[in-house]
Amino acid sequence: MALRRQSTPRPLGIFPLGDTAAYVEFAEQLDLEVNAAGQRLAAAVRERGVPWIRDVVPTLGGVALHFDPDHAALPAEPLQAAAALIELCLDEGLPSADKVGRSIEVPVCYDPEFALDLAEIAERAKLSREEVVRRHAAGEYRVLMVGFAPGLPYLGGLDAKLEVPRRETPRQEVPAGSVAIANKQAVVYPYAIAGGWNVIGRTPLVLFDAERRSPSLFAPGDRVRFVPVTREAFERQRSASGRRT
Amino acid sequence: MSLRILRPGLLTTLQDRGRYGMQHLGIVPCGAMDEVAHRLANALVGNFEDEATLEITVLGPELVFDEAVLVAICGAEFEAKSDGRPLPLNRPVFLEPGSRLVTGRALRGARAYLAAAGGIQVEPVLESRSTYLPASFGGHEGRILKRGDALPLSPEASSLARQRYAKLARSATVRFGMKTVRWSSPALTAPEHEPIVVHAMEGRHFGLFEPASQRAFFEATWRVSPDSNRMGYRLAGPKLARAKAAEILSGPTCLGTVQVPASGAPIALMADHQTTGGYPKIAEIAFADVPRMAQLAPGGALRFARCTLAEALELRRVVKARVDASLRSIAWSFGR
Repeated sequence: MALRRQSTPRPLGIFPLGDTAAYVEFAEQLDLEVNAAGQRLAAAVRERGVPWIRDVVPTLGGVALHFDPDHAALPAEPLQAAAALIELCLDEGLPSADKVGRSIEVPVCYDPEFALDLAEIAERAKLSREEVVRRHAAGEYRVLMVGFAPGLPYLGGLDAKLEVPRRETPRQEVPAGSVAIANKQAVVYPYAIAGGWNVIGRTPLVLFDAERRSPSLFAPGDRVRFVPVTREAFERQRSASGRRT
Repeated sequence: MSLRILRPGLLTTLQDRGRYGMQHLGIVPCGAMDEVAHRLANALVGNFEDEATLEITVLGPELVFDEAVLVAICGAEFEAKSDGRPLPLNRPVFLEPGSRLVTGRALRGARAYLAAAGGIQVEPVLESRSTYLPASFGGHEGRILKRGDALPLSPEASSLARQRYAKLARSATVRFGMKTVRWSSPALTAPEHEPIVVHAMEGRHFGLFEPASQRAFFEATWRVSPDSNRMGYRLAGPKLARAKAAEILSGPTCLGTVQVPASGAPIALMADHQTTGGYPKIAEIAFADVPRMAQLAPGGALRFARCTLAEALELRRVVKARVDASLRSIAWSFGR
């Protein structure tokens, strides 16, 4: 509902992040509405195109503003200038949450070969494998933050029955495209890296490609649905997307 | 026009001033670890500051240029020779076609930047030529340079070398048979003696640490661990402990953020750092001191001096004035 007026949580404060960045903190604990407010603020700040701010980074609990230390227009007191800018954006009203981000469908194959930790999750959650898959794929997720690695989304909206801690021993290498869960969140691994999240499937989509015009498939605020696909459909889509494995 | 790697050295990558505007997608700025030395190296051959240079680390490479080229090596003090003759550092040097450039060990500092007039012209990726090793993109094929790699120079590299060296005629000289100049740029970042002193502000989570750990952070002499890299410097010293082990929401990080994982050994985030992190942030290194920090090799020693945000900003102004003065005086030598 675009016309519905959305309340805007106020930040707890604006803190220096070294002498070249500021962190607008909204919450010290994860709160999905507060997280969305950070993304709306980030969109408002970016909209202004302030020349001495070179990165606007919404994270789980707030927004970081990174300054260009060599920019001629950098104010002498950048933290105060950033605080004034934030006040201005909040006073003028932030864009509504449905204006931030796109809707993305992510095909996932839950084949046992890919779902390295599905059996263990099912056991811990006292659910059948099919029920874990059903609940995972039924969720409506939102990208809370992209971080840790280029193109890696942290997704909020996981079914409470699927909350399990991270693996005690992280894997040295989690395959590219692995769809994983831990605690209250889901992630998708953009390329093969070490990681401790519980892997329950794999997507044929290429999440990150530096040579692509939009290098990252996901951006903060995107709404995500996981769509179960067969092994055949996975292989077909993977060869179409040209992933090297 | 190209330069070819005959021996790669320990860790040689292409870097420029980094890629910005994409940290919200998890894309790290990268760029030269010692951006001051990188900028000076470019200035010394008459380039814009953001042309790509070779970042050479601890043990340098051996390379050969197919045409005449104007080069400069700036930053750490490396052993360097060209065709058997000592190559002077921190100044422009005109090399004849087919010259070999042999760099050896870093005698003081850890990193130097090799610039060539006209720049090293690999295709930019996401608007930068910097190499990001963890995700294998940018620079030359997203990786550390190896033997046999040929890197394109500007098609005008040899004519630029002649034109620019001609502009230096006022101060031109021949030293040990090398065409160079009588002056050199001061090495602004290589450590004079260790431990170096690095200014740092209290970080967002400083208050979560035990008082003894808070004191130890600013009193101890820290050593750069061997498993340090372009992502971060792991620091060996006293173990830092938190008063209570509350979970911390993963938040933004910055060049120079010092975070403390459960092991209690702090990590100072460097050029290839991740854009977000979930470890408590005990301190933030003053931006002005990051290039000097980047000149510490594994085993190098440092101490942190506590400073306020206002002091860090003042330090930045002082250092910027010094760097700008050096850049101006180099530009003046080129008649600009």
